[in-house]
Amino acid sequence: MSGTFLGMPGNFPKNAEKAVQNSQLRFNLRKATHTIRGKRASVVAELPDWKELRAAAKAVKDETLRHLDRYLVQLEEAVTRAGGHVHWARDAAEANRIVTGLVQATGESEVVKVKSMATQEIGLNEALAEHGITAYETDLAELIVQLGDDFPSHILVPAIHRNRAEIREIFLEKMPETPDGLSDEPAALAEAARLHLRERFLRSKVAISGANFMIAETGTLVVLESEGNGRMCLTLPETLISVVGIEKLLPSWRDLEIFLQLLPRSSTGERMNPYTSMWTGATEGQEFHLVLLDNGRTDVLADEVGRQALRCIRCSACLNVCPVYERTGGHAYGSVYPGPIGAILTPQLRGMGSELDASLPYASSLCGACFDVCPVAIDIPEVLVDLRAKAPHGAAERAGMRVAGWVLGDEARLAKAQRLASRVRGLVPRRLPGPLSAWTDTRDLPEIPEESFRDWWERHERP
Amino acid sequence: MSAREEILGRIRRAVRDAPEVEIPRDYRTSVPVDDPVGLFAERVDDYRAVVHVLPAAEVPAKVAELVRGRRMIVPDGLPDEWTGGAAGGAELSGADGVVTGCAVAIAETGTIVLDAGPGQGTRAQTLVPDYHLCVVRADQVVASVPEAVARLDPVRPLTWISGPSATSDIELNRVEGVHGPRTLEVIVSI
Repeated sequence: MSGTFLGMPGNFPKNAEKAVQNSQLRFNLRKATHTIRGKRASVVAELPDWKELRAAAKAVKDETLRHLDRYLVQLEEAVTRAGGHVHWARDAAEANRIVTGLVQATGESEVVKVKSMATQEIGLNEALAEHGITAYETDLAELIVQLGDDFPSHILVPAIHRNRAEIREIFLEKMPETPDGLSDEPAALAEAARLHLRERFLRSKVAISGANFMIAETGTLVVLESEGNGRMCLTLPETLISVVGIEKLLPSWRDLEIFLQLLPRSSTGERMNPYTSMWTGATEGQEFHLVLLDNGRTDVLADEVGRQALRCIRCSACLNVCPVYERTGGHAYGSVYPGPIGAILTPQLRGMGSELDASLPYASSLCGACFDVCPVAIDIPEVLVDLRAKAPHGAAERAGMRVAGWVLGDEARLAKAQRLASRVRGLVPRRLPGPLSAWTDTRDLPEIPEESFRDWWERHERP
Repeated sequence: MSAREEILGRIRRAVRDAPEVEIPRDYRTSVPVDDPVGLFAERVDDYRAVVHVLPAAEVPAKVAELVRGRRMIVPDGLPDEWTGGAAGGAELSGADGVVTGCAVAIAETGTIVLDAGPGQGTRAQTLVPDYHLCVVRADQVVASVPEAVARLDPVRPLTWISGPSATSDIELNRVEGVHGPRTLEVIVSI
């Protein structure tokens, strides 16, 4: 059973320091992120109106968020009209309670799951396990993570940190029916997973999913996937429970014409993902429950700068281009949402009370590559900077900044300070002592000139 | 207070001062394509699905050739000439394949969309068998995604299919054939 990220110790710099020493991890990540970057770039270049699609997507999402209350009520009406049941969950505990109750009402003790970020976020599998219900992940990467008793490290490909040889080892150890002669060819590994899950799909009575989009106007839910495990879970079981964040809404059916072009190309670098399922309410005799999840999203919505993070459609393009993610991998972020989007989403959803969450806004060089590729134009660097200002700062740092502000706030004071610095410049060590060493350990102190530019200018240019 | 009321209340407080938004829809809603069927065939082929473009009169013989020796599911409402003489009625668990029509097809993305209408079967029927043969009429092929969305009815269960089942979960290498049909074969009837 894969664990939950909640309450993970440490902070990003410490986690990253450990991660970058793992050369296998760095090799796997570099190979994977560079492959996907190239694919994305070529299919994005095919669409001459990418810029216009992106602008429309950003505006549609902002408009949805502006009137989220109205659209949620409209969605609820449409789903109910179509024979579905809608539940509302303020937080993770409430969502887990609702889902557990729904599964218990069916009398089943096993459920199959479609890969879902929302249910990872709330730790649903662990909550179900406490009530004797076993949740089986059916997405290949989620299966690898679950069998390996591991954490997901990427939004789209949670097992991106594992290479084929490691995956083969996990399968041989954890799937008893797998023959010893299993090769580490990706095709052979996929085949082993197919056989492992086939029977389970055919006999499972309850499935749990998330959704990529919900359409307020029609009550339609949309799931994009590749393998067919999603179709298996959405179609075959008698009861389907979908847990979806309240921000996953789109106002009208027509809006899909934008997002079905942006998401696959940004995400897997394909013109279209192999399978997309859309259903409205109870379909083909199925019982359908929709659990609408807040869990901190309304707090994010209240933040003028930070609310743009709720536009995210979880494509993971920002992870694939991030120079920090490429070197540290996803685990260092201590959240189901890693990478640049995680660095702005996690501290907003969970608050910055823990050392780890307060360190996330700094998990970036602010290079802006994430903003460039984001299909809904989330200005991640802007939110990072805003969060840095809001993050708790140590007493020494606050005192230092106060002094700096006092010196820089007055021309005469600055001139005096510069002259003083020039006079003692031979005495300034390369590495500062005590707690100040935290600054110089990762930065070079600037060379202090003999004379400040201001003084030089005064001597040479003034008549 | 119920969770519903509380969440809706939080939302109203959160967005009270947020600005109204205009949505610019300057993107292409129809795409001029000289040969939609040709582009569709090329893009389906890119997914490593098998594509045949045939005059309508040759389709029945082709279907018959492809389904020979397979236990096929033949959904209700499939035109007789597309059944290839397969008796149909195969049980879901024992079937080798399924032959269907479709609701719409998209040239730019090489996608076929099923809406559970006549000749398209239930969602399970096109999922469980390992082989899916889909016959597309030329007039069902649109150029782009917006044109397909406009033609579809969201109240029906929709399945968008772009190539055979695949995964990129291992080192981001695409592998065809996981849980859905491992072979997708498409006949475009012109």
